[in-house]
Amino acid sequence: MRKFEYASPTTKQQAVALLGSSFAEAEVLAGGTDLLSLMKDDVVHPKRLVNIKDIPELRGIKRSKPGLTIGATTTIQELLDNVEVRRQYPAIAEAAEGISSQQIRAMGTVGGELCQRPRCWYYRAGYGLLGTDHGESLVLQGENRYHAILGNGGPAYFVNPSSLAPALIAHSAKIVVYGAKGERQVDAEKFFVTPQSSDQREYDLKPGEIVTAIVLPPTGGAKGATYEVRQKEALDWPLAAAAVSLNITGGKVTSARVVLGHVAPIPWRASEAEQALAGKPVSEETAKAAGDAAVAGAKSLSHNAYKIQLARVAVKRAALKAAQGGAR
Amino acid sequence: MAEYKWPDADKRTLIGKRISRIDGPDKVSGRAKYSFDINRPNMLFGKILRSPFAHARVKSIDTSEAERMSGVKAVQVMAEPGKPSAELFWVGASVVAVAAVDEPTAEDALRAIKVEFEVLPHYVVDNDPKNAGDNGKPANENKVGDPDQGFSSAEATVEGVYGLPVITHCCLEPHGSIMEWSDDKSVLAHISTQNVSGVGAQIARPLEIAATNVHVVQAHIGGGFGSKFGSDEWDIAAARLSKKAGAPVKMFNERDAELEVAGARPSAYAHVKVGLKKDGTLTAWESQSWATGGLGGGSSPPLPYIFNIPNQRKQHTMIVNHIGSQRAWRAPSHPQGCLITMSALEDAAAAIGMDPVDLFMKNIEMTGQRAQIYADELKVAGELIGWKSKWHQRGDKTAGPIKRGLGLSIHTWGGLGHPSDCDLTIQPDGSVELKMGTQDLGTGTRTALNIIVAETLGVPMDSVKILIGDSHYPASGASGGSTTIGGISASARRASLDALDQLYAKVAPALDAKPEDLEVVAGKVQVKNNPAKSLTWKQACTKIGGTPLTIRGKNPGPGTLTNQGVGGVQMADVSVDIETGVVRVNKMVAVQDCGLVIDLKTAESQCYGALIMGVCYALYEEKIMDARTGRMLNPNMEFYKLAGIGDIGELVVHMMTGKGYDERGVIGLGEPPVVSPGAVLSNAVANAIGVRVPHLPLTPDRVLQALEKKGGPNAKV
Repeated sequence: MRKFEYASPTTKQQAVALLGSSFAEAEVLAGGTDLLSLMKDDVVHPKRLVNIKDIPELRGIKRSKPGLTIGATTTIQELLDNVEVRRQYPAIAEAAEGISSQQIRAMGTVGGELCQRPRCWYYRAGYGLLGTDHGESLVLQGENRYHAILGNGGPAYFVNPSSLAPALIAHSAKIVVYGAKGERQVDAEKFFVTPQSSDQREYDLKPGEIVTAIVLPPTGGAKGATYEVRQKEALDWPLAAAAVSLNITGGKVTSARVVLGHVAPIPWRASEAEQALAGKPVSEETAKAAGDAAVAGAKSLSHNAYKIQLARVAVKRAALKAAQGGAR
Repeated sequence: MAEYKWPDADKRTLIGKRISRIDGPDKVSGRAKYSFDINRPNMLFGKILRSPFAHARVKSIDTSEAERMSGVKAVQVMAEPGKPSAELFWVGASVVAVAAVDEPTAEDALRAIKVEFEVLPHYVVDNDPKNAGDNGKPANENKVGDPDQGFSSAEATVEGVYGLPVITHCCLEPHGSIMEWSDDKSVLAHISTQNVSGVGAQIARPLEIAATNVHVVQAHIGGGFGSKFGSDEWDIAAARLSKKAGAPVKMFNERDAELEVAGARPSAYAHVKVGLKKDGTLTAWESQSWATGGLGGGSSPPLPYIFNIPNQRKQHTMIVNHIGSQRAWRAPSHPQGCLITMSALEDAAAAIGMDPVDLFMKNIEMTGQRAQIYADELKVAGELIGWKSKWHQRGDKTAGPIKRGLGLSIHTWGGLGHPSDCDLTIQPDGSVELKMGTQDLGTGTRTALNIIVAETLGVPMDSVKILIGDSHYPASGASGGSTTIGGISASARRASLDALDQLYAKVAPALDAKPEDLEVVAGKVQVKNNPAKSLTWKQACTKIGGTPLTIRGKNPGPGTLTNQGVGGVQMADVSVDIETGVVRVNKMVAVQDCGLVIDLKTAESQCYGALIMGVCYALYEEKIMDARTGRMLNPNMEFYKLAGIGDIGELVVHMMTGKGYDERGVIGLGEPPVVSPGAVLSNAVANAIGVRVPHLPLTPDRVLQALEKKGGPNAKV
C-alpha cells in the first residue's frame, strides 16, 4: 500500500473541507472493507483518507417524522439488528442478510455499501473502471460471466455491487448528500449513474461530497421483499437479485416498485415488471410475467446469458415473497 | 528382542480411540506460531517485482533508483537479461527482489524499478485441444485388449464429455520463509514446508553452502496440499538478500502471487465412450483426453479409474501453456481420473436404467484386490445415506424447482509409510521425549506420535514430549502422498519397543525376573502373570543410571507396521434449483479404510477436511484465465470461490476398522478421501436434474446450460 495522510474529523464540515476538490486527492474512509482492498491492490491511491466514523451525527438509525433516517456510518449489523427496519422494511433487512461475511457486516457501513466500487475483475486488476486495454473493452472480449445483462450498451459493463440499493430504491429512499455548498437530497434511484469514462464515478457524488444519511419514507402499508440468487452462502456477492415493494388493495396490486441488483451498471428499475403486476393479484402466473417483463430488454454478453434467467427468477420469487410475507 | 507389531485390540488403551489433538488449544488460541508468524531481530521485508505478462523476455533492468531509496537494504535481480532466467513464462514470474525496512518501503522500491520487457506470444486456455495448435502435444494411442471387439459385443454404448479445470492450492499460509545467516556459510530457515528434513539441501545447493549448514525450523504449517515440498526461487532470493543486507529477510507471497504462481492442479478433460451389456457388465472403454498443468503440460489421469475394463482404447494430448507451474495437489491425478470415470459409469448405468450401485457391484471384480472392501463399503455408505429409499432413476420427478439426487464414487490410494528416523529418550526421572524431523501438516502428527509412545510405554500422554519441525532432529520423509502416518508411527513404535527392551534389561534384576518376562501396564513395569511384582514407571526409570537412554527408531524396519493400498466409497445427496442452477449439498458420506487407525478423531478430521475441500473444487474453484491479457482473473479470496460453513451440508464419516483392517498396519489417509467428492457431487446433480453437467465446478451457468441442452424440465421459469 502506498503512503497516505490520515485525517479523522469530528464534524461533517471539517470532513468536507479535508476532502478537497478531486478524487485523487482524498477518499472517504468509513468501514474500509472495500477501500483498503482497493488501496492494497493499488487500484486507487489517494493522498489522504478522511475517516468519517468519528462524526457522531452520521451514525445510528432514527425515527424521522414520517419514516426512518439511517446514518451513513451505521454498520450493516446495526441495520440488521434494528427492529423498525426488520418490521417495516423487510426487503432491506433481507438484502442486509445477504451481505457476507460477518466481518463485513460488522465493519461495513450503509453509506459505504452504497458507494463500494464495482467488483469487476478487470477493474480490480488495474484496467480502469471500464476494464479497457488500448481502448478496447476486455470485458467484451474476455470473461464476462458476472457482468451486466441490462444497461450494457457500453462503455460500462460492470454491475453495481450494492445489495442494499435495490431495496432502498424499491422503498423510494432518498440519499442525503453533504458538501461545501450544503445539503441536498437525491432519490436513491437517481443517485446511481452509469459512467461514460473511467474517471467518472458510478454515483452522484462530486469530489468533496459525502453521503450523510438515507431517508426512508413510511411504507404506507406496502409489502416488500428481496430475493437473491446466490451461488454460495459464504463471502460472495449475489449473481442476481430483485427487491420488490407492493401496494396491495382488495387482493390486487395497486402499485409496484421492482428493482434488480447485480445485473446492470446501476441498480435497475424494472418498470415493465411493475406494469405487469399493476392491477393484478400476485400469483405464480403474474409473478412469472413480471419476471419475463423485467428481462424483456436484457441482452447477454458472450458468457452471461444465464444471468437473464437468474434475474427473471429473482423478480418472480421476490414478488411472490413480498405478497406472501412482507406484511408487518 | 521385541516383537515388532501393533498391540492387539484388547490391549489398546489409546490407539484407535478418539483423542483430541494435543496442539489444538495452541492453534485455536493463536499461541501456535506458523512460519509466517515468526519475526526476527532487525528483520527486513522482502518483496518481488513480478511479470505482468504471461510470456516475455526481460531486455533490461534498472534498479538504481530503488537502490538509492532510504530504507532499501538489498536488491537481487532474479531474471537476468541475456541469461536463460530472462524468459518469463507466466504472469507473476519473478523479476527482481528487494529487501527493505518495512513492507510499504519495499513496495515503493518495486515501483521505482524500471524493466524493459519484450512481450512474447502466450497461450493460457485449455478448453479444446483442437484450438491449441503447437501447444497441443498428442501422445500415441494406447490399447488394452480388443476395444473393437469390446464395443461390438456391447449391447449399449454411452458417450459423454467430462472435465475439471485447473485449480490452485490456495494455502491459507502462503509460501515463503524468513532467511537468516548465522555466519557467512550457515543459514537459519524458518520456512513453510512439507519437508523439514529434506528442504535444507535444496536451499543449500544454489547458495553453494553445505546442506548440513542449513537449519530448517517450522512449528506449524498453514496448508501445503502438495505445493510445499521444495524450496522456491523466492526463498533463495530471500537468502541472497539476507546475505547482502546482513539481516534476516522475511519473504512470503502476496495472496495474488500465491494463487498465480505457487501451485496449480492440472486440469483434465475427456470424451469417453463406454460399452456395456444390458445386465451392466462393462465391455469396453474409449477415451480421448487432454490436460494442462502449465508449461509442463498435463499428463493423462488414470483412465479408466480403478475399474479395469477388459478392452480399452485411449489417447491423451498434453496442452502446454502459460498459467503458472503445476504442483502435486492432494492425490495427484486421482480426482481427475475419478471424476471422468465415475461420471461415465454413472451415465452408463442411467442409460440402461440401472441403479449405479448395482452396476458397480456387477463389475466389482474389475476393481482388483480390494473388491471385497469396496463391496463392504458400498453397503455401509448406502445405509448411511439411505440410498435404497432415496435413490430414483435419473431426473427427480417431484413437482417444483428443487430437485434432489444421489451420487456415488469409489477411490483408492497407496499410503505406505515413508522412511523415518526418530530418537526416543527416557530420562532417569521417567520423563520421555521423542525427536523427529517430521512436520505436522495439520493432520495431527504430534498427536499420533504422542499416542504411540504413550501407548507403547504405558505412560500418560502428557508425560511424553514430542519434538518435531526441526532439521536437527533425525531425518523423516516429506509429508506427501499420505506417507507420513505410516512412516512416523512405525518408527516411533520401533523406538518405543526397543526402549522398553533396554529398560527391562536394567529393571529385571530389581524385580528378580528375566527381562523378557516384563511388561508395562498403566504406568507400571511388572512381571507378566505376577503383577504384584512391579515398580512404578518412575521407580523403574531410576534403574537407567546417570545417562539417559536414547534409542533410534527407524522406518522401514522389522515387522509389518505400515502397509499400502486403501479403498474408499463416498455418496452424496444434493438439491438443485433448476430455475437458478444453484446446487446445495444436503449430505455427504465418506466410508474409508486406512488399515490400523492411530487416532480415530484426527482420522475422521482428515475425511471431513477432504470432503470440504472436495465441495470447494466440485462447486466453486477454478483458476480463471483471461485469454487476451494472460492473467488470472480471480487471484484473491473473493473471486476465487471457496465454500463457507453454510455451503458444506451434513458430513458423515465412517472409518472401516477392526478385524480385516487393523492387522494390515498403519496406512496413510491424506489423499484418498479427497479423490471422490467431485465425482459424487457431479453424479448426484445428474441424478437430480436428469442430465450430466459435463464440467466442474458445477456452477449455476453450467447447470442451466446442461438443462437447456437437454430441453427438459428447465425452466424458463
